[in-house]
Amino acid sequence: MSAFEPTDPQASGRHDPLVAGLAALATDAPAGLLDRVAARWVRVDASIGGVYVAMTDQGIAYLRTGQDEEQFVASYRSRFARPLLPGGSPPSALERALRTGRAAGVRLDLRGLRPFEEAVLRAAAAIPRGEMRPYAWIAERIGRPKAVRAVGTALGHNPVPLLIPCHRVIRSDGRIGQYVFGERAKERLLRMEEVNLDEVNTLAAKNVHFVGSDTTGVVCFPSCRDARRITPAHWHGFRTLAQAESAGYRSCRHCRPGAAVVP
Amino acid sequence: MTETDIRLPIVAALTEDLDTGFVALFDGYRNVVFSAALRLCGRWADAEDLTAEAFLRAYRALAGYEPQRIATLQPRPWLMTILANLWRNTARSAARHPPPAPLEQAPEAVDPAEPTEQVAERSETGRELAALLGELTEDQRLAVVLRHVADLPIAEIATALGVPEGTVKSHISRGLKRLRLLYPGRHDERL
Repeated sequence: MSAFEPTDPQASGRHDPLVAGLAALATDAPAGLLDRVAARWVRVDASIGGVYVAMTDQGIAYLRTGQDEEQFVASYRSRFARPLLPGGSPPSALERALRTGRAAGVRLDLRGLRPFEEAVLRAAAAIPRGEMRPYAWIAERIGRPKAVRAVGTALGHNPVPLLIPCHRVIRSDGRIGQYVFGERAKERLLRMEEVNLDEVNTLAAKNVHFVGSDTTGVVCFPSCRDARRITPAHWHGFRTLAQAESAGYRSCRHCRPGAAVVP
Repeated sequence: MTETDIRLPIVAALTEDLDTGFVALFDGYRNVVFSAALRLCGRWADAEDLTAEAFLRAYRALAGYEPQRIATLQPRPWLMTILANLWRNTARSAARHPPPAPLEQAPEAVDPAEPTEQVAERSETGRELAALLGELTEDQRLAVVLRHVADLPIAEIATALGVPEGTVKSHISRGLKRLRLLYPGRHDERL
């Protein structure tokens, strides 16, 4: 088997069995090795329009909207310093995730992120479609309650927005805060997911950040699917979690407003 | 095809567009780089890692090169320099932090990552000889692998390793001498 052509057959000593044996140790590179080095890009339709996606052999590494092909390729290269080639075929889970906002089952390549950034993004990834959590909630969940501002920075550095739904993280005062693709895109995404954005804002203006039901004794974030089912007769608003707890309420197991206790 | 025939279109492609040129570079040299990597580190999976990392470093270096430097690039010895440095560094850090329980990972053992047809194709003799490369010094192994497995001319090896041609020749001849001692005439009295 010759993996490549000998440049110098005379000098390679074809009559020396040792030299011949060494030459026979040449082998072809396995197929697919290029994908270990280079990423592939593809354009996919998402709920907010067309997005460019870069994929490695590990999963989706980068997603951007509002750029043309050239800008996308340039921004990928300057961030990852890897070759990016056209012609990836998007996994079906990706197309579904971008259409529906449910990203379970999409493999992500988060190499190259600092551990703090990765922890922030993994916490954000757990927020279900149609709900929101404050930046401070993420900070508490990852055991860095004082790093609220750094959480915002890490979310702004999210390589895969939409797939890791950083748009579902908002300010504690009810304002939606910044977003990689701009505040307007954030609001549009949240409204498409039918988040009760106006209600959350109205409540925040009245200093209500948690809501409870006196039938279940459970306290939630106002956007939690359980909170939205509370009938007006049993609905109670709270400014802080401590107030709710001293009134005998326990934290919801879905939206986990008492996130300080890391599982 | 000679090295010049392979090199020219690749250098032209690299001057035109880095990423397209990189694919040409990879296609032109992946077999020679992988063969050298495999016979240097001895394990299929490690050789894949080493080859991928070498090409990634090559890409990152090229991204910073002036067009003039790319136009005069000699890709094969240049890639081999990157590979040799990477291999030396990984071999050294592996020596400092030896992997746990290498019982089933002896260099002559069949690598589970290696495709079975590849294993079947390789003779028992080849496997034994490949394992014996581990008995050479770093310098001898590099010189022997680059000369007789990767089939590079002496001058290119000297460029790749940054040493005089005479030094390369003496590493090769000492390496071959040692291999002949370790592998006494099983199939041929001259071996």
